[in-house]
Amino acid sequence: MTGQSDRAASPAPSPTPILELIGVSRQFSGIMAVHDVSLTVYPGEVACLLGDNGAGKSTLIKIMSGVHQPSSGEVRVDGRAIEIGSPRAAQALGIGTVHQDDGNLPLMSVSRNFFLGREPVKGRGPLRRIDRRIAGEITMREVAALGVTRVTNADQPVGSLSGGERQALAISRALYFGARILILDEPTSALGVREAGVVLRLIGQARTRGVAVVFITHNAHHAMSVGDRFTVLIHGEVAEQFRRGERTREELLNLMAGGRELESLQAALEEMHDDADRPEPAIHPTGGRA
Amino acid sequence: MSRQPVNQRSGSPTEPTPVVSDMPEQSPDAAEREVREAVPDSGLGRRRLPGTRGGAAHRVLRAPEFGVAVAVVLIYVFFAIVGGGNGFLSLTATASWLNTAAQLGIIAIPLGLLMISGSFDLSIGSMVGAGSVTVGIVTGYDGQSLWLALLIAAGVAVLVGLGNGLLVTRTALPSFIVSLAANLIVAGLGLTVALQLTGTTSVPVAPSGFAAKLFDWKWHQISVSTFWWLGIALLAGWVLARTRFGNWVTATGGDPEKARRAGVLTGRVTISLFIFTALASTFVGALQAVQYTSGDPTTGQSYVFQAAIVVVIGGVLISGGYGTILGVVLGTLVYGIVNGGLFYTGWNTNYTEVLIGVLMIVAVLTNSFLRRLALTATKKGVTR
Repeated sequence: MTGQSDRAASPAPSPTPILELIGVSRQFSGIMAVHDVSLTVYPGEVACLLGDNGAGKSTLIKIMSGVHQPSSGEVRVDGRAIEIGSPRAAQALGIGTVHQDDGNLPLMSVSRNFFLGREPVKGRGPLRRIDRRIAGEITMREVAALGVTRVTNADQPVGSLSGGERQALAISRALYFGARILILDEPTSALGVREAGVVLRLIGQARTRGVAVVFITHNAHHAMSVGDRFTVLIHGEVAEQFRRGERTREELLNLMAGGRELESLQAALEEMHDDADRPEPAIHPTGGRA
Repeated sequence: MSRQPVNQRSGSPTEPTPVVSDMPEQSPDAAEREVREAVPDSGLGRRRLPGTRGGAAHRVLRAPEFGVAVAVVLIYVFFAIVGGGNGFLSLTATASWLNTAAQLGIIAIPLGLLMISGSFDLSIGSMVGAGSVTVGIVTGYDGQSLWLALLIAAGVAVLVGLGNGLLVTRTALPSFIVSLAANLIVAGLGLTVALQLTGTTSVPVAPSGFAAKLFDWKWHQISVSTFWWLGIALLAGWVLARTRFGNWVTATGGDPEKARRAGVLTGRVTISLFIFTALASTFVGALQAVQYTSGDPTTGQSYVFQAAIVVVIGGVLISGGYGTILGVVLGTLVYGIVNGGLFYTGWNTNYTEVLIGVLMIVAVLTNSFLRRLALTATKKGVTR
């Protein structure tokens, strides 16, 4: 285990990793969800966490964002071993998480969503109220700074935005509130090709700003386009860790699907395809309910 | 980037919505160009996106209370025409239906907030009776001051509200069930206490002094209830639209899980609002006891449905997360006008329920249509 993480970390561009998992395991009522996972994240880099459904990605995110604590192993932030007891504690450490559902409330306005739970206020005592001018201005500035120029009105309901724009809003929100480590849980999985492109560009921008991004996905293509480091999880364990350029997309896909399984699947699919090419009258609906 | 301050709703309707024209024209996205080509220019300027044109009209249409505002005007005009000759427009008639609406409205406002936060309170019915009988027992039967009665009633309300709120937030039980149980428990206890102490369910009240004035004072025939209603509406409206707490109310109803993740103390929101509905209901009970000079533990059960009905007519989303106090007030006006107006038409007043039932269906359909419009109109414009 340490062999793998050392290999990934040795040619580091920055001396201290901002976030490290060292031999982290977590079990739920006897079932091992993740086992002995080591992971290193550097500022200004995108660390991709790949794996099929049920590979343990969600558990790892929850450990990093303070929802779960590891059963064994160590989490280090800025080189110091630390226990992240709650999502709030994670936020205080500069760990911002954008969940798959992007966390926005569709019937509330863009700026109200942006500042939800951290509303800027003015006035004192019982007259304390939201500073809506400041909230609107900051929201528009932050969203525009990430290049999403199509959000044009801080008052428009988030429900009127597209999936990509909602992700962008959530990402800019996390960054504005001081995320140095940005955990993105499948941000592109529900998006169309163009929308996913918008989000991938945002990830690139966050990296340029020196933010450490943990990008969780099962889309090898998306991972390859922005990732610096890659960790492939299979059945809760690290199957492979490598750096940008060390693997081709096909190799990555094979890894994620467990290699042989994909090959046999492909063979099976090709067989079905051949069958479908032949005319097969038996399949024709013969009236159904008649 | 956006140099022009972005005004929130407060902006005057004539003020143009800040639009893309303000944004630097750096590489307009392919999709944006696509939209511009697909949708004919409205002639309002080439750099505007279609969805952002006509800010004022769009904003009015998008307002959750738009439908019910139209309904209030139409219904009032209808009864003015049909019942005007019989005195519907007179001050006496107006003061009368306003008083009915006000008592309902004082309960409907906190219930509206609670429903926006995604919970429901059926115990308001018994809490009206509890407030009423407390005033009856303490002032009429025991001869103590009205202030003491109010203090005790408020204490009972806080206890019941807290109980409801804690049960709903600590267990996963639906608020519907919890508050229905509370309604039964409070009703039974109120009746028992009244009968055991006074031997009657209608305890005479002889209010006097300044405290009584607060509940039974009239200005040109218009009852003080109406002013209480107005005051509570202004306060609640301000809280919902302008404060952090108001923001949290809407967020809690929108999606409690997401709200919690964002740092909203959803439990505190729910519990406070349950206390608020209980307090408002006992307050109305006290109002009625003083105005009708009788404390009655069985009064108020009709508010259970009426209050929920006017909240829904007012455009509050029944599953929570959407709604305004102005809408709830307008919804209450609809009820008050129909309820008071039918009498002056000379028709059978039993039609009140029929009419309200029909209105409710129409209102819910209209409101859900308007809500969809609010979301899609912008969507088509900005992102297609």
